[in-house]
Amino acid sequence: MQGASTAEESSLLDSQPARILRPILGLTAIFAAFGWSTGFMRDPNAPAWQLLLVALAIGVLGVWTLFFLANDLVSRFPRLWAERIRPYIFVGPGLLLLFAYLVFPTVQTLYLSFLDARSQRWVGWQNYQFAFTDRTMLIAFRNNLLWLVLVTGISVSLGLLIAVLVDRVRWEPLAKSLIFLPMAISFVGASVIWRFMYAFQPPGRPQIGLLNAIWTGLGGNPIGWLQTQPLNTFALIVIMIWLQTGFCMVILSAAVKSVPSELLEAARIDGANEIEIFFQVIIPYVSKTVMTVATTVVILVLKVFDIVYVMTSGQFGTEVIANRMYSEMFRFRHFGRGSALAVILLIAVLPVMIGNIRSWRRAQ
Amino acid sequence: MTPATSAHPARSSALRRGLQGIPLRALILFLCFLWTLPTAGLLISSFRQRSAITSSGWWTVFAHPFEFTQWTLDNYQLVLTSDGMGRAFLNSLLVSIPATVIPITIAAFAAYALAWMQFPGRRWIFAGIVALMVVPLQMSLIPMLRIYTQMGLNGTFLGIWLAHTGFGLPLAIYLLHSSIAGLPKEIIESAAVDGAGHFSTFSRLVVPLSLPAIASFAIFQFLWTWNDLLVALVFLGTRPDVAVVTARLSELVGSRGQDWHILTAGAFITMVIPLLVFFSLQRYFVRGLLAGSVKG
Repeated sequence: MQGASTAEESSLLDSQPARILRPILGLTAIFAAFGWSTGFMRDPNAPAWQLLLVALAIGVLGVWTLFFLANDLVSRFPRLWAERIRPYIFVGPGLLLLFAYLVFPTVQTLYLSFLDARSQRWVGWQNYQFAFTDRTMLIAFRNNLLWLVLVTGISVSLGLLIAVLVDRVRWEPLAKSLIFLPMAISFVGASVIWRFMYAFQPPGRPQIGLLNAIWTGLGGNPIGWLQTQPLNTFALIVIMIWLQTGFCMVILSAAVKSVPSELLEAARIDGANEIEIFFQVIIPYVSKTVMTVATTVVILVLKVFDIVYVMTSGQFGTEVIANRMYSEMFRFRHFGRGSALAVILLIAVLPVMIGNIRSWRRAQ
Repeated sequence: MTPATSAHPARSSALRRGLQGIPLRALILFLCFLWTLPTAGLLISSFRQRSAITSSGWWTVFAHPFEFTQWTLDNYQLVLTSDGMGRAFLNSLLVSIPATVIPITIAAFAAYALAWMQFPGRRWIFAGIVALMVVPLQMSLIPMLRIYTQMGLNGTFLGIWLAHTGFGLPLAIYLLHSSIAGLPKEIIESAAVDGAGHFSTFSRLVVPLSLPAIASFAIFQFLWTWNDLLVALVFLGTRPDVAVVTARLSELVGSRGQDWHILTAGAFITMVIPLLVFFSLQRYFVRGLLAGSVKG
């Protein structure tokens, strides 16, 4: 097909075999470059700016070129074939990666969760039995439940409250930015920020942590916020609330703004006061968004690892499932138990997954 | 009904005025203050002398803020040079930029195919992507770690780019698909009539038209990869030549937990880029969040 239109050009470079050969050579070159760059980027003596350039060239341009060459190659095929194959050139890389990084490992982890520490011997339900009976694991489950209820409950309701209140002042954008700002901070950064808030000095020394300064200023004895049970779990939960309230506020704010003003006016004319309006008009109107936001926070909290890892590494009764999974993997090298914990996390989010698919089907 | 309405509006508007007045402003101001305070404390401390940080609270600087001898840049210099934060900063860029661009490219091609090409099984593929959006990445860690060890990808940038790509793809395809599928049918069809193939329709028409969606996902993915600790710990590790800022900082917390001059400056170095991105591109970021709030 393509050949017919270019048959008159007699240049060797444009001959049919060359036109097929070019993309093939290009693809080979790209893969060779990928291979070479892996080695180069591991070279400890390579100058930093060279690393950055190579990384950008490979990571940014490389992938585009890959698609371009693959598409070019397919275009040389007979038309019908090309039309059949091209969709898979476009979705193929994505599907391949999804399969390699999510589908296959999920199946593999399910299998590994029934094997022993070094994945050699079949142990049946033993890892799950451990997960549901071990003392620190029970603490982890209790804590995860506390995290779920408190973080979700408080950050969603606080976010909704702020969204409604902030709607009424002129400097709304600034106020929203300030509360939303922690969203940009990593969990690790936030943990350092709050370690400083919770800093503890023995009685008599000047307190450099704000909370203990206030507390001793009021006449109390300085508190080890991160060592005292069960206070420390709540201290960690506060960090997550601080991080997530802004997210809830932003999404709920958009929902609150979409409440038709006629509805609000009608309620006001009917004599409803602002509190009644909040509970009887605004909340029912945004309830679907509240559910979505709450679901998002629940999933995030289930997987929370960084805060606990940095603040207490799960000591003093602050363990959570995701942190314990990391400890099982790297500290105890028990892959069976680590896998079982991952599977438990997956089971916990299954209802959300089913809900997602259902609502997507309905939207179709 | 009628007598009640004549009495009630007065009451409710009084309440409304009350809510709009000084108490409301004071409440919002207080919340903003509360939310900013922890970060402000850390920022101020990072510019104080080492001895000052450990002997008095950071709020004491407000007693005489213009006494310039109390401010210093030494903490930053120290943490950037001798504590490896400088190299970690570069590593974070090396991880985040490609780990943002690669998934967006791959996702955009896939989203276009799923939206505008006919091929068997595409509904099933899309249902699978919707399902994968909530799969905890913890499910992948152990098998992927083993495969990486076998393939020698452990501790390489290529390995972590691909990992971030794999974990970010479901949301990326989902978001870009809803924007690309929403483009007017006439535009795509007229391009085909004009003889444009799928590749040029995609690169000359679809990508420019969906730039807003691409930008908001790019911010999302960039912040997530820059701020990530778990994936970086598992696939890159903490060797100084590959450690990213979050991994380096969490190590500092472990090894120098009481050296507040190091920790405060170090934490701020990790936050510089995300805060810049946040402040300059907040609008797009919010748009991305609003579109993506279905995901976890």
